[in-house]
Amino acid sequence: MVIEMHDIWKTYADGTHALKGVSVLIDRNEFVYLVGPSGAGKSTFMKLIYREEVPTKGQLSVNGFNIGKLKQRKIPFVRRNIGVIFQDFRLLPKLSAYENIAFAMEVIEAPRRLIRKRTMEVLDLVGLKAKHASLPSQLSGGEQQRVAIARAIVNNPSVIVADEPTGNLDPETSWGIMNLLEEINFRGTTIVMATHNKEIVNSLRKRVIAIENGVIVRDQARGEYGYEI
Amino acid sequence: MRFSTILRHIREGALNIVRNGWMSFASISSIFISLFILGVFMLLALNINNLTKQIESQVQIRVFLSLNIEQAKKDELLNQIGNLPEVSKVTPVSKEEGLEMLRENLGKDGATLLEGYDKENNPLPDSLTVEVADPEQIGFVAKKIKAIGDNDATAPIMSVKYGQGAVETMFKVTKAVRNVGLVIVLGLALTAMFLISNTIKMTIFARRREIGIMKLVGATNYFIRWPFFIEGALIGLIGSGITAAVLLFGYSRLVAVSQFELGLMMIKLVTLQESGLLVGSLLIGLGTAIGIWGSTISVRKYLKV
Repeated sequence: MVIEMHDIWKTYADGTHALKGVSVLIDRNEFVYLVGPSGAGKSTFMKLIYREEVPTKGQLSVNGFNIGKLKQRKIPFVRRNIGVIFQDFRLLPKLSAYENIAFAMEVIEAPRRLIRKRTMEVLDLVGLKAKHASLPSQLSGGEQQRVAIARAIVNNPSVIVADEPTGNLDPETSWGIMNLLEEINFRGTTIVMATHNKEIVNSLRKRVIAIENGVIVRDQARGEYGYEI
Repeated sequence: MRFSTILRHIREGALNIVRNGWMSFASISSIFISLFILGVFMLLALNINNLTKQIESQVQIRVFLSLNIEQAKKDELLNQIGNLPEVSKVTPVSKEEGLEMLRENLGKDGATLLEGYDKENNPLPDSLTVEVADPEQIGFVAKKIKAIGDNDATAPIMSVKYGQGAVETMFKVTKAVRNVGLVIVLGLALTAMFLISNTIKMTIFARRREIGIMKLVGATNYFIRWPFFIEGALIGLIGSGITAAVLLFGYSRLVAVSQFELGLMMIKLVTLQESGLLVGSLLIGLGTAIGIWGSTISVRKYLKV
């Protein structure tokens, strides 16, 4: 199992109960949609996986690491095995597309020659080899998200966590991103993706986990979106 | 840490100054302004210190000998006083020289007063001029000299004068001036530290997202810190280096231009050779330290993600 949650509770400092006893297993190579209304607990679910938050109660393991008991100095090493993608891309604005991707490899102190080779490889995979020198501000939204995806996969993580990766993109560009994620999934990476995109979920059928009010209300293989918007 | 990683940190630190050009400019400007003011006051304090020392060193004791003293006794006194540990120099002044000095001091108007007094008819006694190694000891040394005269049956010393009262007051004033100078310099140094570190904090606040992203891709805290550390040091070094260069060049011009005018007033500025190394290294050391301190403190705040 890549992700194991057993009776996970998350209560924030202001008293909000974001998750109320969530248990779920996500296996190697799965592609999971996380759906549900805004504020249902999807973002908390994802933040727990890459250890931006710690569970208040319960057992959570990612890639075999016990997230709740993780020592502060071990956190970076757990994150290196998890790629994260956001709705707002979160690229470093002063660095070129190439540098943004290479940065994730510099962090793990990979040899320079390997960085150059692998970065060009993933740029090619996301179809942006020609624009490697462009700054994020010179790229379209879809292109920026491709750079973010390239950064997320450059270190061959076992799992990718994507928080509404198509939220800021037009339908056509969104499909391009989905094809890319599917391709990455085919190559053996687990993908957990929170989304509000009904069309995508209903067309590109995968496992669907629906969260409402901090509880899992539905977990279907090849499921549907299930909400009107 | 790999050698290539060390190189990377240095390269990133330097590149970040260029990438965040305006922010770096703001930090360097704030360093320049604060340290420049501080430097001006440091030079001022150095000169005041020097000037008061000059004034203090000019105080001396005049020992007036009795009129009918013999040459042998004179030599004996000269030896005795010269052997006192606090005394740096004793110069005998004959009555003829004394008269000449008096004429000079009194000037044209006084000359009439001294008319008729000459070599044959000189009312002044022979005297000794005594200089003291530590000017603050002057009262104590004067008492010692007086005691030598009092203990001698032939009463060879008529009086001992050093401007009692006036000298003590002057020392109080010069000491106060020096202390005030020191307090102002320290106060300015503290102000500079806060001003500069605040500017640096602001520039790093603008980059907290950047730090968040670094953490997200799995950068360790040290990996994030190093380039900021180098960036802070470089900004401090550049800012204080420019300050030291401008300040010391300006000061050397000031010394050259004012030499004649101030020389007429018997004031001699501390030369660049005497002050440059001290002021320059203090400014650059302080600037670099503040640069490192400011960036290290601020980064730590955003590392807890």
